[in-house]
Amino acid sequence: MSVHKPLPHDAARLHVTGQARYVDDIPAPAGTLHLAFGLSGIAHGDIRAIDLEAVRAAPGVVAVLTADDLPRPADCSPSNHDEPLLAEGTVQYLGQPVFLVIADSHLRARKAARLGRIDYDRKPAILSIDDAIAADSRFEDGPRIWARGDATKAIARATHVIDGVIEMGGQEHFYLEGQAAMALPQEGGDMIVQSSTQHPTEIQHKVADALGVPMHAVRIEVRRMGGGFGGKESQGNALAIACALAAHLTGRACKMRYDRDDDFMITGKRHDFRIAYRAGVDAAGRIQGIEFVQYARCGWAQDLSLPVADRAMLHADNAYFLPEVRIESHRLRTNTQSATAFRGFGGPQGMLGIERVMDHIAHAMRMDPLDLRRMNYYPECAAERSDGGLSAPHGLRPPPEDISGQKMGRETPYGMVVEDFILHAMTEKLEAACDYRARRAAIAAWNAQSPVLKRGIALTPVKFGISFTLTHLNQAGALVHVYQDGSIHLNHGGTEMGQGLFQKVAQVAAGVFGLDLGAVKITATDTAKVPNTSATAASSGSDLNGMAVRVACETLRDRIAGVIAERHQCPAGQVVFAEGKVSVPGYDYGFAEAAALTYAARVSLSATGYYRTPKLEWDRIAGKGRPFFYFAYGVACSEVVVDTLTGENRILRTDIVHDCGKSLNPALDTGQIEGGFVQGAGWLTTEELVWDDDGRLRTHAPSTYKIPAFGDRPRAFNVMLWDGQNREETIHRSKAVGEPPFMLGISVLMALSDAVAACGDGSLYPALDAPATPERLLAAIARQKETAR
Amino acid sequence: MTDIAFLINGHPVRLTDAAPTTTLLDWLRESRALPGTKEGCNEGDCGACTVMVSDDRGTRALNACILFLPQLHGKAVRTVEGLEAPDGSLHPVQQAMIEQHGSQCGFCTPGFIMAMATNHLNGETDHDTALAGNLCRCTGYAPILRAAQRAADQPVPDWLRRETDPGFVRSRLSPVAGPGGASTPPPADTDVALPQTADALAEWCLRYPEGRLVAGATDVGLWVTKQLRTLGPVAFIAGIDALRGVSVGDTEIHIGATTTLAELMPAIAPHHPDFAELIRRYGSAQVRAAATIGGNIANGSPIGDGPPALIALGAVLHLRRGDDRRRLALEDFFLDYGKQDRLPGEFVEGVSFPRQPDRLKCYKLSKRFDQDISALCGCFNITVQDGHVTGARIAFGGMAGIPARARPVEAALVGQPWTAETVAAAIPAFAESFTPLSDMRASSRYRLDAASNLLWRYFHEDRGIPTRVLEVEP
Repeated sequence: MSVHKPLPHDAARLHVTGQARYVDDIPAPAGTLHLAFGLSGIAHGDIRAIDLEAVRAAPGVVAVLTADDLPRPADCSPSNHDEPLLAEGTVQYLGQPVFLVIADSHLRARKAARLGRIDYDRKPAILSIDDAIAADSRFEDGPRIWARGDATKAIARATHVIDGVIEMGGQEHFYLEGQAAMALPQEGGDMIVQSSTQHPTEIQHKVADALGVPMHAVRIEVRRMGGGFGGKESQGNALAIACALAAHLTGRACKMRYDRDDDFMITGKRHDFRIAYRAGVDAAGRIQGIEFVQYARCGWAQDLSLPVADRAMLHADNAYFLPEVRIESHRLRTNTQSATAFRGFGGPQGMLGIERVMDHIAHAMRMDPLDLRRMNYYPECAAERSDGGLSAPHGLRPPPEDISGQKMGRETPYGMVVEDFILHAMTEKLEAACDYRARRAAIAAWNAQSPVLKRGIALTPVKFGISFTLTHLNQAGALVHVYQDGSIHLNHGGTEMGQGLFQKVAQVAAGVFGLDLGAVKITATDTAKVPNTSATAASSGSDLNGMAVRVACETLRDRIAGVIAERHQCPAGQVVFAEGKVSVPGYDYGFAEAAALTYAARVSLSATGYYRTPKLEWDRIAGKGRPFFYFAYGVACSEVVVDTLTGENRILRTDIVHDCGKSLNPALDTGQIEGGFVQGAGWLTTEELVWDDDGRLRTHAPSTYKIPAFGDRPRAFNVMLWDGQNREETIHRSKAVGEPPFMLGISVLMALSDAVAACGDGSLYPALDAPATPERLLAAIARQKETAR
Repeated sequence: MTDIAFLINGHPVRLTDAAPTTTLLDWLRESRALPGTKEGCNEGDCGACTVMVSDDRGTRALNACILFLPQLHGKAVRTVEGLEAPDGSLHPVQQAMIEQHGSQCGFCTPGFIMAMATNHLNGETDHDTALAGNLCRCTGYAPILRAAQRAADQPVPDWLRRETDPGFVRSRLSPVAGPGGASTPPPADTDVALPQTADALAEWCLRYPEGRLVAGATDVGLWVTKQLRTLGPVAFIAGIDALRGVSVGDTEIHIGATTTLAELMPAIAPHHPDFAELIRRYGSAQVRAAATIGGNIANGSPIGDGPPALIALGAVLHLRRGDDRRRLALEDFFLDYGKQDRLPGEFVEGVSFPRQPDRLKCYKLSKRFDQDISALCGCFNITVQDGHVTGARIAFGGMAGIPARARPVEAALVGQPWTAETVAAAIPAFAESFTPLSDMRASSRYRLDAASNLLWRYFHEDRGIPTRVLEVEP
């Protein structure tokens, strides 16, 4: 079997030899034209006049288009039809595309794009969360509110009340490959687009709309992306549409890639959030009632903000049972880049809210935060033993008397019963493996004798819901061909952005046929092969596409088995596919021979596969139902050191236990965990987006926006996979792994909080906002020093 | 336009019409159909475009996105497409990256591979430092580190050792020698020039007094790739041997203007180890291999890290115009933001400072340790005799429009006993010294508070109290 093996990424050899092709590497036809956008220089205003004479006169310019020049309105929105390709009369953020330059080279297009002169009637710009609250500028009519019980009363009854606010910044994806697309005009007005996108079907749909043709006239191909992280779920639409329109108008191939600065200025990022909280806890530290108010800065267009904000609400509990709870979510509209999908999709923000609460309560009650967290965990599910039986439930909290209707503390705020909770056991394992208790004591001793440097430690859990919350997206298709020579052509709706999806799915396919991976050709995602696909997002890639491919492969395997069985007059069930052979009792065929026989018998060797996730039922307005098929879990313990004179800090050690179910590929999954953790830690430490008072993003290149560099990974970094399997019937009992590990980075912020707290007398909670830059840390340390004075 | 020759993956190339501002990256991708070298940022901050460059001075990793074609004259360039052995076998770092799962999306990988192969060739095993200029957004770096460590045990392939040898490079270039070829110095009197001597440069500067001097192009490169500027007359000066090198005399240390940061780092380490540590955090390996101390000074940046350290050491700048030479205290060179005391046609020959017992500490504060521009950089050189401060030179970058001394702080210290009380009494002098700006790197408040605290750091460090998070082990 090829599944469960730690095989390298399918393209690893192409990567290391420079042969792996990305959109900008595809040889372009002679005469290919290059595009660049001219951008708005203000955050909000009406366009009074546009002077493009100098642009048109610039060397190499073939054409310049404004919204008025388009054959029909072109919209880029994935949701609400509110994102014109080029500004229509009004500009809504600084960096919004206003005109499109078509030139004979990338550089000439960029140079010409800077020559446009736009006159505006300026309007007040709504930039911050406070601006938007004051102006009641929002998407949807009012806040979305989900509640269970009466949180306000429960808090009033509680022994202790903790309240506070945390601000958390957004995050630029910084995929190493910037956005890119190339359109090749075809006969009869058809269009082929090469796009660096997580969502080929969306590109197809939006390009067809912009061209005024049916979707069948547009074909999108994606071999790979140089990173996506959610930033290529909808943000590639503009480039693909622009290329297709320009190709349509000029009859020539057209190509567009954003310069890195343009990429920062134009495209959306992770939503920054403010979360206010008020929690009532009993004398032991158990949460009795809690209220959250979440404010999401969504930017100028709706994009994916509603489901992002929903997912933040859906992760307001993280791993903790919240008996009475109220979550209020404001989706604020601002004159900034339209915030978009980013690994975790609101989950990290919601989760950071409750982790902050846990840290705050523990500080107030002078408890070890780990004890407090575990006390509030959902109860452990019964573990499945290897003999198939069930062991006694583990770590079950005593059922609170007044919540019998809430399934013994297993029910999330949105009414889904947590049936697969394994964090008690995972936490125990990590606590022992990383020697948490002894190190906490050692750190306290070390801090006592270190006047300038202070250490901190924190162990935090992750429970992340797996499935698209827009239920209909939880479907996938596959197309598999077996050729006469036994070689296999594999296609499915998922896209490869580095996560190793193609390899995992190929492992599934090879496993069905009992073949080595070499027999399986991985091919580019193509809307002409598998239609109506969902974005490769929500960590769902291998869950959905792995299943769809397995269905297709099993169809083909059964057909081949039928042919062989008939030849040998045996039941098809006796035909075995293993080790490159197709065998019946007493006789072996090579797989190629079996394929040739099947062809000769006039049996189809091409099959589609289809899968839809079962058990889902979700009402997002009511906030009730089962939005997730299952949960993925993880725990991380991080130790940091902080310089109390400057706020400089670093991660000394991180230990992780993460749950991938029964991993399809432990090597690739470990890669997702390590990479996700570091990206999550970056979000909360060095990665700071700064807009000035005019709404201009001042951190628009790697010179000013700092993702973790080589030396920023933890000094000691230990990742363990949890030895388990998915209780639900997923592909080979694996679990999704793309997003969940990102939130393990929260342990770093909490460890920094712990280190800061070591500077004070215990009377003041550090209330550290994110990203915890040296500057924010120094300010928090100064507040602590005041208390100790 | 100029006439140059270099090797690309072992093959000689002669360009008779190389535009002075065409970058190696664009040329590789657009003219040579070698798209393995990637554009990640086009400003030398991500390393995706890293290539290996060899010449008489050795082999180093450079960012192709801010490397102009004339800078390659007489050198050998190797890209990721040229790293497999003639028999098709993979380089040890390529093999190790596959085995250790060091690539995910693969886009940063060619740059990593070339940086790692260069380190491997040079026997460099401080991977944290040597790979700080390569960003990866997928892996979290752990598997790349494992790959670099694994590959370090493997020998350098013989063919690569041979092809990066200076003699090989020269001989392979000889067929294209001739006017503009490798063996003939290019003309030094055209508006795009590659002068080979300081005299030729002096002459060129008189001819083109507003001309642009390009050494490493780590700053000027961005004028072209980001600001889309044209440069006008330009002289590429990195090949002037007489302006390069560190000489340690009995009384002073002299640094030639075209000495790269990478060359300066080991040369200065025995004398002022903290200056070397500051340089270690200057840009990245790729940037340090190109950037020069002369460029770092002459561009007048308020946040260049070289000047504060040099000012604290009491450095003197050596300027030349034609045959006229003058010296001035380095701090006096910086007049105002974007304005230096340099005449048209004048250029920086070098910088020198007195030999002295090492009391220098350099503190660079930034959001990220590596490959980040300082929010502020404080360099302290405080001498203490018999318990009293006998001298203090304290210079900062990032606190004003120019690199500048904190003279009121110095005055508050000199003559006082070297005690906590003296330090506390000197702290208010920081606000007298500087009124820093707020920007995307830090607020005015942070800059002032942190700058003041750096004096405390110096004091604590002097008393043996640990203050550096980079020195704490897990």
